Amino acid sequence: MSTTTTERAAAGTADYLDQRTGLGKAVKEFARKTFPDHWSFLLGEIALYSLIVLILSGFFLTMFFVPSMTLVTHDGPPATMDGVLMSEAFSSTLRTSFEVRGGLLMRQIHHWAALLFMASIVTHMMRVFFTGAFRKPRELNWLVGTTLLILGLAAGFTGYSLPDDVLSGNGLRITDGVIKSIPIIGSYLSYFVFGGEFPGEDIIPRLFTLHIFVVPGLILALVGVHLFMLVLHKHTQYPGGGRKDTNVVGFPLFPVYTAKAGGFFFIVFGVIALMGATMAINNVWNYGPFDPSPVSAGAQPDWYMLFLEGSLRLMPGQGTEWVIGGYTLSLNILVPAVIVPGILFTFLFVYPFVEAAVTKDKREHHVLDRPRNVPVRTALGVAFLTAFIILALAGSNDLIATHFSLSINAITWAFRILIFVGPWFAFWVTKRICLGLQRKDRELVLHGHETGRIVRFANGEYIEVHRPLDDQERWLRVNYDAHRPLEVEPATDSRGVRRKGYKQDRRMARLSRFFYEDRVEPVTPAELEAAHSHGAHDEIGAAAGREEIGSGSTH
Amino acid sequence: MKALAARRHHRFAPVVLLLLALLVTGGVYALLAPSPASADSASTQDIETGKKLFQANCATCHGPNAEGSDTVPSLVGVGAAAVDFQVSTGRMPMAANGPQAIEKPAQFDAEQTSQLAAYVASLGTGPAIPTADQVDPAKGDAASGAAIFRTNCAMCHNAVGAGGALSEGKFAPALTDVDPRNIYQAMLTGPQSMPVFNDANVSPDEKRDIIAYLAEQHDGSAGGLTLGALGPVSEGLWAWVVGLGLLIGAAVWIGAKSS
Repeated sequence: MSTTTTERAAAGTADYLDQRTGLGKAVKEFARKTFPDHWSFLLGEIALYSLIVLILSGFFLTMFFVPSMTLVTHDGPPATMDGVLMSEAFSSTLRTSFEVRGGLLMRQIHHWAALLFMASIVTHMMRVFFTGAFRKPRELNWLVGTTLLILGLAAGFTGYSLPDDVLSGNGLRITDGVIKSIPIIGSYLSYFVFGGEFPGEDIIPRLFTLHIFVVPGLILALVGVHLFMLVLHKHTQYPGGGRKDTNVVGFPLFPVYTAKAGGFFFIVFGVIALMGATMAINNVWNYGPFDPSPVSAGAQPDWYMLFLEGSLRLMPGQGTEWVIGGYTLSLNILVPAVIVPGILFTFLFVYPFVEAAVTKDKREHHVLDRPRNVPVRTALGVAFLTAFIILALAGSNDLIATHFSLSINAITWAFRILIFVGPWFAFWVTKRICLGLQRKDRELVLHGHETGRIVRFANGEYIEVHRPLDDQERWLRVNYDAHRPLEVEPATDSRGVRRKGYKQDRRMARLSRFFYEDRVEPVTPAELEAAHSHGAHDEIGAAAGREEIGSGSTH
Repeated sequence: MKALAARRHHRFAPVVLLLLALLVTGGVYALLAPSPASADSASTQDIETGKKLFQANCATCHGPNAEGSDTVPSLVGVGAAAVDFQVSTGRMPMAANGPQAIEKPAQFDAEQTSQLAAYVASLGTGPAIPTADQVDPAKGDAASGAAIFRTNCAMCHNAVGAGGALSEGKFAPALTDVDPRNIYQAMLTGPQSMPVFNDANVSPDEKRDIIAYLAEQHDGSAGGLTLGALGPVSEGLWAWVVGLGLLIGAAVWIGAKSS
């Protein structure tokens, strides 16, 4: 009885909406939308769900946070902060933590969700990069994603500074230093940002507006664009039999993915809530209210900013600060805090276009690359990750020193050398591994799996029987493009006139050689044919009494 | 005699001899080694015993009259507090040269330590061992202690005293399990790389406030597991290992179920 009533109510509502909005068409379209299945396609979902958790918990926190730098005497728990002079921002953070029911849990959920948001964005980008999912037609979505990464950093930075504790104030002080290091306009810009000399009384309210309004607004808008383009382009899929650039093999959104994705949201929320409930994070009352004089040992930013801390720690101070015509050029800050992240983000932004240019590939790609099949791309990605990790470790050099009983000076010098040597070494090793794996694939396709079965022919010859690959296995290993370096057209045309753009072409060709000079071509059908006739005895299978055994001439 | 002589080539003879030699050496050592047993309450007696202990255990480096050398500090005038700190935490006598003396199980018991302290204190005036009242966390003000700790101690010892790195392999140790008396003595005497915080810098009451602040940390964090109280680096590590680890595990599970 009740079921029919519910059904009738649902049908009625749906019909009402459909008649007025034409919703039915969109629902029909979306419900049948097909997505391919793979765990790595859920990494972006982790980011999306942590963003939802961030918005929900952040909404709760704004109910109690007072973004003001007015000094008050804190009255109440914890005992270590009772009766201490502090800003209202810090006092209200303590009140949220100790007096608001569930306040500390919400703060910790918010912070853990922020760390996971950034971690899942980075892993999602790694998946997209190494599988070549940024290729045409998705270059623009890669740019949107990279912008989201930077906005995520901005959201983290502005939020981290809000409680106005000593640790976040240290971070702001470094930011102030970085701004001031920008030649000529630096000191003006710093006064502009802080509303006077650091720390001033404006920065917390300003960061608050950015953190709860501007940055999340931009993130939400760009997430909308990101998802719209995802639907528009359709999802990429891993290579395999039957998967082509013209189809999508997978399951429909309804009911399979609504269940999977809906369920995954609760898993993500659950894990974050579990972390927020059991693991302390950013206990601001340990650091105390901000005061520009103290800096405690172990003063570091959250992990996604740690590479900047590391590059600052590695940069030698002496001899890198010059005064030119009354203006200070502070290379000891400019290089590690502006140029190093500049290189990283420029690489991320331009890479899809560089690869397209050196490949001259204008086709659409919906089937992903196996990382081994594009050795230089994979190696470049690993090299940049290596640099990022070395810098993050350098940012933790004091903790490495105490936990592994090492000298902090020795660690710093080791990282100063590693930051130049490590990425090159990682590049070389990764490229070699990729080429090796490709050769292994060729070998497998041409000769099949080793079976361990040794057969003796009538003439006394021994061979090991190889089992040929099945179609799926072969498909995976032979269907990829091994791009060749670009050819440069002659410097002069047929009439001997110098051609415009020749130098540019030559530069591109040189870059293209760097990408594609070393390559392993996929096995061609002709090669496969030749290998099979050459090694026909490999296919004797279980038929032990076949006639060729007697001949022995096929080898 | 004849029986002994007959067995001197027995194959167990070397073993028996070795055992006897060990027994004799041990016995002689037990007789000659400085013994704490005879100490009585008399101060001069303490100093005498302390001097013997010093000469047997410390004089090799610090000199027979505690005068030190080019590389070893003189102990004249360091006071009883310094000796009590170094000896009761096991830092002295040093087991090996290193960037700094390492905390280890104490070599002397409380009585021997106080005798050593009495001897060194007799060489010249220096800070005395604080009284139980001076180091009682219950009598200090944790909020004032937090403020003083932040400006004077946290830059080396970390905001809640979890320890931190210094140059060339030296480090500021964690203060989590340190006896309040030792905390007070360390401030007073400035062992190793630590500066001296004398009573003009940080008054005795303020020192007690710091002890009260550190005692507050014993209950852990209101937020759950402290993760070493090391700050954002350990938090980031846990976010990746536990958080993203669990979530990728769940993603693999979800991705594997249908295909």
